[in-house]
Order: sequence, then structure tokens, then C-alpha cells
Amino acid sequence: MTAQTAEQRDLTAVIGLEVHVQLETETKIFCGCSTQPDDDEEPNTRTCPVCLGLPGALPVLNEGAVEAAVKVGKALGSEIPEETRFHRKNYYYPDLPKNFQITQYDAPICDSGEIEFGVDGDRRTVEIERAHLEEDPGSLSHAGGSIDTAEYTLIDYNRAGTPLMEIVTAPDFRSAAEARAFLAKLTEVLEYLGVFDVTRNGSLRVDANLSIVDAAEVDEGGGIDEETLESANRTEVKNISSHKGAEKALAYEETRQKNAIQRGREVEQETRHWDESRGITVSMRSKEEEKDYRYFREADLPPLRVSGWKEEIEIPELPDARRERFREEYGLDAESASKLTSTKQVADFYERIAEKFDSGLAATWVADNLLGELHYRDMAITDVTDRLGEFTRLVELVDTGEITVKNAEEVVLRRMLDDRLDPETVVESEGLGKTDDDAVAAAVSDAIEENPDAVEDYHAGEDGALNFLVGQVMAETGGSADPGTVNELLRERLEG
Amino acid sequence: MTVDDDEVRHVAQLARIDLDEEEVDRFTEQFGDILGYFQALDDVPAVEPDPDLANVMRADEVDEGLTQREALRNAPETEDGYFKGPTVS
Ligand SMILES: [Zn+2]
Repeated sequence: MTAQTAEQRDLTAVIGLEVHVQLETETKIFCGCSTQPDDDEEPNTRTCPVCLGLPGALPVLNEGAVEAAVKVGKALGSEIPEETRFHRKNYYYPDLPKNFQITQYDAPICDSGEIEFGVDGDRRTVEIERAHLEEDPGSLSHAGGSIDTAEYTLIDYNRAGTPLMEIVTAPDFRSAAEARAFLAKLTEVLEYLGVFDVTRNGSLRVDANLSIVDAAEVDEGGGIDEETLESANRTEVKNISSHKGAEKALAYEETRQKNAIQRGREVEQETRHWDESRGITVSMRSKEEEKDYRYFREADLPPLRVSGWKEEIEIPELPDARRERFREEYGLDAESASKLTSTKQVADFYERIAEKFDSGLAATWVADNLLGELHYRDMAITDVTDRLGEFTRLVELVDTGEITVKNAEEVVLRRMLDDRLDPETVVESEGLGKTDDDAVAAAVSDAIEENPDAVEDYHAGEDGALNFLVGQVMAETGGSADPGTVNELLRERLEG
Repeated sequence: MTVDDDEVRHVAQLARIDLDEEEVDRFTEQFGDILGYFQALDDVPAVEPDPDLANVMRADEVDEGLTQREALRNAPETEDGYFKGPTVS
């Protein structure tokens, strides 16, 4: 340790997250416009007087969005309060056609909760302070340059009114890696619930608060007292849109603040913008303060009393529970169980295969072969969920010994994925059906007759000779003979 | 009830409205008047409130909306199907 670092203070980052996720509903939160974009859709083609904020239009709450929010609350272990209500958050920005956003303020639909996740081999639990419903604004493009140099703004309200859930954590994270691991777990849970689609562009947006305190202030349980937290200046980092982006932005911000403090400078309390392409956070011109939003009750929306829905609405088995069950019920090791529950779709796919075959065979085929080949092709399980039947027949062909494992893995599965063929077509066109006994026997005779040198070597005890002869038989049968059977037949003939 | 000119300037800035000094004076007076009118409501005797509504919701089903042409019809400026506005920061 050098003299300089010895003098440096031991510092710790304190991080809290506000995670905005789009809920998967058919329609927007306050109107009947579709939330599902068409491919290459035109701007402003999914709007109506409500989501355009035209005078006199009245919002009516989407029951589907409320159901999704209650599911999220159940999964987080939140309390669903007796009564929850909506507020207007007032600010003037072109992505907001009404000049206010309908959100929840003092009575969010989900109160408290927690999420447990793994990071670097440790289990961590992070407290959820609240989760509330709100509407997504429209999308802006800054024509003729970046946000700073644009000449004018183009506005598309197709996204305006998409239901969002904002999930707010306590400042429980101590590193960027923890924040990333949490986001991975949160989105996994939301996907299991069927309320969130991580592949949808813009479906996840994260704001992060970060401040730096002396490491000595952290107590043994990882807690930090309120006063210390209050006295540390923090920055809010906006414009984060992925797990990886969150880790990078927070790591950058942590280093930036620590460097400032080590040099004796004060960290300014401000909002900063994560610039993904440059990999840095930049100061944003100061926006409104909290009181400037002039929150007030949304009189067009009566309160919600849905605490009873918590009992009525079912949620599926969540990832941790499913992983545990896979280990017990199917006798899988931790790694396979983890791979096979990585998404709900993978887990469902596996269970359909495991119904029909040995659970270990099913695990090898789904976790190793299928997921491996999909990954290699940059494909996901969702690209093949409609081909469960074909995949079942492939495993069946192996299980009944109609094709060799090697051919199934290296030829049939690959061509099924590359050429979208069904397994029978591949087997037929490649001539992979295991050759009948007579043909194998004839090939064995031929190999012995045509290779007297190898036969001599075999009798002289040379190890490679038998393998050479097996290779000859396999070549003659086009790889469709079972190598074990060939080996056995050759030995019988040579010894006999 | 009175409002001072700084409050008027602040509210105008939040609403992205540019006011000159003469307008600030005029609005300061008008804000005061308007708040005065609302104060009159404090003197109105309480009436029986409407019965509480709760859980007013609609099914998650798609309704026909506006066409792009209809959506843009009131806009002073458009471009390629977008609403067009000044730059923002
Ligand atoms: Zn609409």
C-alpha cells in the first residue's frame, strides 16, 4: 500500500433504484388503444382523444393493468392497501399531451415488499418501498441532431398511455453489480408472472440514486442510519435502459463521486443523464423540484379498493420455488435446474418433455443440446415453443434407438433449427435411420475382407486396429450403424 | 389573498410561458382576484356529498381509435406523421 492510498478514506456506495416496467396488457391504461406496436408502424396510429389529451376526454382505468399490478404486489410480498388512488403530476413537456401525467402519489397500489437475489455466490434481500401504476409518456425524436443541437422535435403518441409500473427500492445496494443482479431477478420474476416482456424495446427504464458514505458508517447488518444518508449528497442517474447499462452507469458514477471526495471536493446534488454511447454520466440542466410538480388528486378517476384481489388472483410458481422443485422432483443438479428455470418458457418446455421421457434425458436434451444450439444461433426458446411436438419426436427417435445420439445432436437438431425441417424429414433426407442388422453384418464382413493388414494388426494386439475397422464399417453404413453394435460384431467375427 | 410577482414568474416558467413585465403585473392582479373568488367557497355551507364511487374500470379490450390523419388534424405543424414542435431541454 502506498502512502497516498493509506490516507484515502474507505468509502462505500449507497444505491437505490426506481425501475419502470411496461406492463403487458392488450390496451393502454386509461383508454382502449392497443399497446402492441405493429412491425414498422407509422407514428400516431394508436391514439384516441384520451391518450392525446384532447379537451373533455375522460380516462377509464384498465382492469387488466390493475390485475397485473396486484400480481406484481403478490410476488413482491407487498401489502395491497384498502384504498389506493391516482394523482396528477404536472409538468410541461411535449411527450405529455395533457401537461400532466396520471400517476400515484400518496396511496400506491403496492406498499412495501422485498426481493431476494444472488450475487457473487451470496444471497441478498432488498427492500421494496412501493410500486405504483402510471402512464407512459409519448416518444420524442430530436430532429436534426442530439437533444442539445436539435432544430425541432417530432412527437409520436403511440406509446403514450402504455401502463407502467414504477418499483422503488430502499437504498439497499452497495455496488453496481448488486443493482444489476437485482434487475435480472426482478425482470425474471415479472416475466414469470406474464406481466412483462423483456425483449420489447423500451420495456425497462431505470433511474438510480447514488451517494457515497464512509464505509465505517455501515453497520454489521449492512444498514446505514437515516442521518448519514440524509447528509450525503446524491445524484439521480436517468436514462438507463438495461441490466448491463445499470451496472456500467452506476460503476461510472461511483468512481466519479469517490474521486471527487478523495480530492476533497463536494459532490453536487443533481440529476445526471447516462450517455450509453460515451459510457459516462453528464449533468442535466436542473429540472423542477418535487413541489413544482403540484401533485393533486385526479378527480376523473375514483379510488380503487382492490385489496381483496390479492386472494382472488392467482400467480404462477415463481423462479426460486420452481428451481427448488426441479431439483427435488426431477433429481437435477443445481446447474441444470438453474438453466431449465432461466425463463418460464424454458421451464414449461422442459416439463412438457420430462412428462414423456426420463427426466435426466429430457434435461440433457433441453438444457444442453437445445439451449446450446439456440444460443449458438442467437435464438431463444420462444423461437421454438411452437415446435414442441417436433422436438418431442426427436427425443423419441433417440430414446427408441431409431437414430444415434450423435446424428440426433449433430445433424437432425441442427437442420431442424437451420432449415426449419421436422425431424423425420431430416432423418429421411440424410439417410440416418439406423441400418438394419443384415446391412451392418455385410459391412462388417466387407471390412474384414478388404483390410487383411488391419486384421493382422488386431491379432498382433495393436490397439488402433479395431477402431480402424469400426471406422470402415461406419463409413460404409453412412454413420447410421450403432458404433457399440459394430464393435461387438467385429470382435465376435475376429475372435471366432 | 395575494400573490407576488415572483410566484407569477415561477408559475409561468413551469408552464413554459414567456411573460413581459407588464403581463406579470396584470397576472399578479388577476391571480389575486381568482384566488379571492375561490375563497368565497369557504363560506358555502357543507352539502351532502355524492355517494362514493370506487373501482370504475373497463375490460382490457381494444377499441377503435383515431386514424393518423384525424390525430394530427388539430396540430399547427406536422411532419411525416409526427406532431412537430419546438426544441425542448
Ligand atoms: Zn388512446
